[in-house]
Amino acid sequence: MTTQSGTTETRADAPRGFDEITILWISEGMSCDGDTVSLTAAGQPSIEDVVLGLIPGLPRVNLVNKVLSPSLGGEDFLAPYRKAARGELEPFILVIEGSVPNQNIIEGDGYWTSFGNDPATGEPQTLNWWIDQLAPKAWAVVAAGTCATFGGIHAMAGNPTGCMGLADYLGWEFKARSGLPVVNVPGCPIQPENFMETLVWVLQHAAGTAPPPPLDHMLRPQWLFGKTVHEGCDRAAYYEQADFAKDYNSPKCQVKVGCWGPVVNCNVPKRGWMSGIGGCPNVGGICIGCTMPSFPDAFMPFMDEPPGGTLSSMVIKPYGAVIRRLRGLTNDMVNHEPRWRHNKQKLTSGYDPHWRA
Amino acid sequence: MTTTDARTSGRKPAQLVDMNWDPITRIIGNLGIYTKIDFANREVVECHSTSSLFRGYSVFMKGKDPRDAGFITSRICGICGDNHTTCSNYAQQMAYGVKPPKLAEHITNLGEAAEYIFDHTLFQDNLVFVDFCEAMVKATNPGVLARAERTDAPRGDVHGYRTIAEIMKAFNPFEGEVYKEALKVSRITREMFCLMEGRHVHPSTLYPGGVGTMPQPSVFTDYLSRLMRVIDFVKKAVAMNDDVFDFFYEALPGYEEVGKRRILLGCWGAFQNPDVVDYRYATMNEWGKAMYVTPGIVVDGKLVTNNLVDINLGLRIMLGSSFYEDWVNEDPFVTHDPLGNPVDMRHPWNQTTVPVPQKRDFEGNYSWVMSPRWYHPGTGEHLALDTGGGPLARLWSTALSGLVDTPYVKATGGGIRITLPKGEKLPETTLEWRIPKWSNTLERDRARPYFIAYAAAMALQFLEEAMGMLQSGDTKVFENFEVPDESIGCGFHEAVRGVLSHHLVIRDKKIANYHPYPPTPWNASPRDIYGTPGPYEDAVQGQPIFEENGPDDFKGVDIMRTVRSFDPCLPCGVHMYMGKGKTLSTVHSPTYGANHG
Repeated sequence: MTTQSGTTETRADAPRGFDEITILWISEGMSCDGDTVSLTAAGQPSIEDVVLGLIPGLPRVNLVNKVLSPSLGGEDFLAPYRKAARGELEPFILVIEGSVPNQNIIEGDGYWTSFGNDPATGEPQTLNWWIDQLAPKAWAVVAAGTCATFGGIHAMAGNPTGCMGLADYLGWEFKARSGLPVVNVPGCPIQPENFMETLVWVLQHAAGTAPPPPLDHMLRPQWLFGKTVHEGCDRAAYYEQADFAKDYNSPKCQVKVGCWGPVVNCNVPKRGWMSGIGGCPNVGGICIGCTMPSFPDAFMPFMDEPPGGTLSSMVIKPYGAVIRRLRGLTNDMVNHEPRWRHNKQKLTSGYDPHWRA
Repeated sequence: MTTTDARTSGRKPAQLVDMNWDPITRIIGNLGIYTKIDFANREVVECHSTSSLFRGYSVFMKGKDPRDAGFITSRICGICGDNHTTCSNYAQQMAYGVKPPKLAEHITNLGEAAEYIFDHTLFQDNLVFVDFCEAMVKATNPGVLARAERTDAPRGDVHGYRTIAEIMKAFNPFEGEVYKEALKVSRITREMFCLMEGRHVHPSTLYPGGVGTMPQPSVFTDYLSRLMRVIDFVKKAVAMNDDVFDFFYEALPGYEEVGKRRILLGCWGAFQNPDVVDYRYATMNEWGKAMYVTPGIVVDGKLVTNNLVDINLGLRIMLGSSFYEDWVNEDPFVTHDPLGNPVDMRHPWNQTTVPVPQKRDFEGNYSWVMSPRWYHPGTGEHLALDTGGGPLARLWSTALSGLVDTPYVKATGGGIRITLPKGEKLPETTLEWRIPKWSNTLERDRARPYFIAYAAAMALQFLEEAMGMLQSGDTKVFENFEVPDESIGCGFHEAVRGVLSHHLVIRDKKIANYHPYPPTPWNASPRDIYGTPGPYEDAVQGQPIFEENGPDDFKGVDIMRTVRSFDPCLPCGVHMYMGKGKTLSTVHSPTYGANHG
């Protein structure tokens, strides 16, 4: 498991990056571990490709993740985290999965979520303590999934834990040692390839073989979240023709039965879910806005038409109806073969070998 | 009392050491296991299981639109979220009085079958089997590894490995051949899942009333071709697992005691029969028994009931060691079920979740998990049922009922016969799972690859039926409905790792109460008000230690094998203390840890 790393110099004066880096992954936010599970679904590239050094231009990667760790657990597993908290492990990338709870609303000794115990007292060590220790020392900090990026499901109205996203907790102006802000990869869960691609870019940046990844104002990778679901949707043409599904038995545009695709930043319809298979609206699933900062509250109840959909679908109706009819006529025309294709004794194709202009 | 009696003969003075594992790795969620180990008698004398995560689904779902429940509850679990969505839709369909079209049931069954195949493969080969791989056995039982190198693998003609040690080597993490192949298989099977349910793990195409998946021939063709690509892997996995587990019994006499507990298994049934199910409570016993995995409660090897109504009415959510306030003085939501049977105050329909974060105290409250129990009307016991990690209870319950009889899967009373078609290299194969003598660690693990085969075989039947409907022009997949002002519903299903039920109360078209009961609260529950430990605690407590290491470099592999055999999925946690434990006062207590009264 050794790799030649940092070999691809992009510019003659490029600073050499790291030969080796550790990824400390903590899924003990308020999570379902779905982002870790999604990570194992990626094949482009796969996590084992990264760990085994099969991707050019990366440092050697030591992945520490509870679900995949060969260790038996406990202190054996926690050793690298403890080392990093003491400032003895450099460089490392901190990945947080799950919403960050608000410990300040608890009176007394309780906790919402913990990760190991405090060796001195034997009491559970809160996730918040780990973030406070590790984030300032991390070379880069990545939030995996909508819970960690913005709070997600567990932060919906009426929640008892006061939880939030990682940047809400650390501050949106937070910078890791690399100068990178929190790198947000939303999705409930993360689209496997979106996450791996972002991680690989951050790793290339660590190796000194790539500039920092371009992020938007919500700290999301621009090339993944710069377009809407609708802009990549198989069913968008039905919208343009004002041809809407009235229930879920239809292959047409689902905007009237709950799809928020026109206003949601996500590339899943374009990319599919894994290896181009699946997705949401393409395959009959309404977009419920799971990548968005306002998820889930702004999109509930999920199965009702979005308020804005009523107006926009009304405006497109006259245009769509006319266009659909005209296209129908033309479509009928191009569904006929030309007259000269026949089995008679005379050639009628207009063939003339001596033709001159 | 459901604890397994400790062996009490010929004991030496105890040498007790505190050993903790927190967090436990290679599971989903946070779990901590805290034990006292008697190294003189090589036995675990006490075990507490704790989970350190609270998110509050039952709290924040109140007042929301009930149609959102399937989308929200999927987020409870990151490996089997679709089981929650499916179960939630079952409960909603009962509450709304809607029956989805048959094709929607086939599509849902196909999605769930893919989930079982994927999830069990990833868990068994990439997480559980690390505890049985060459690297781990070398570090914990070098004598066993030496023997494995000398032992021929009896089923080598199927899986291609000459010795047991070669199989173990193939499971070494990130490097072993089978470990890597399993990751790839887990991706192919997830693609199958995405074809039916849109994406993994939180599905986008499942709705109350049906699915949005477009039933086109290509969807089923794409699924079938992938299924046939993995069918030989499934056959090989069963053979490899059988070889390794049989070898463990042989190499370590007495290993059947590891993780053994009284046979107390629950299964809530899976794969609806589209021709029978109508989601009415009044007919729930009939359509429950028509499921292609039969629900049932198995006590001491006998079937107590396979009626979903009895199963539902016997549910009791107990406190005793959990960080919550009791709800016993609140107003009940449901006093009688739709058939007029009284509903207990401790039933999920009447539960109110009031979290009280507090200091962890192993003598008092120590977990965010509550203690679900099943009230046995015959004996008056509150049984701490376990799921056997899912497959063991499913196969056992289905076998005893003897109701499943399909072209590919047949329950025989004493076991289950599963027929898989010819694959790329291996011929048509009939596998037989037989009811084992014990409910223990190795049998929980052994059942898992058999259930992968079961799910793959059932998927072939669902595909044939779905394609038949499609070819006859029957393509309806969604039935419309109205949300009533007031209603109740319950859904029963099998999550990958075992029993799953959702309980819903609607008032003013809003969720008045919603309580999901996944398998892990059953398996990972702490001691209840009567002092009865939960299944992890009970299975670990009293188990012998076979690891060759002493207290200084003890890894606890036997304990971890037991905990992982239940397929923990806590989106909540476990820790292990490695290395030098804290030595407790040496006491001579011949029956210490046998019973917690």
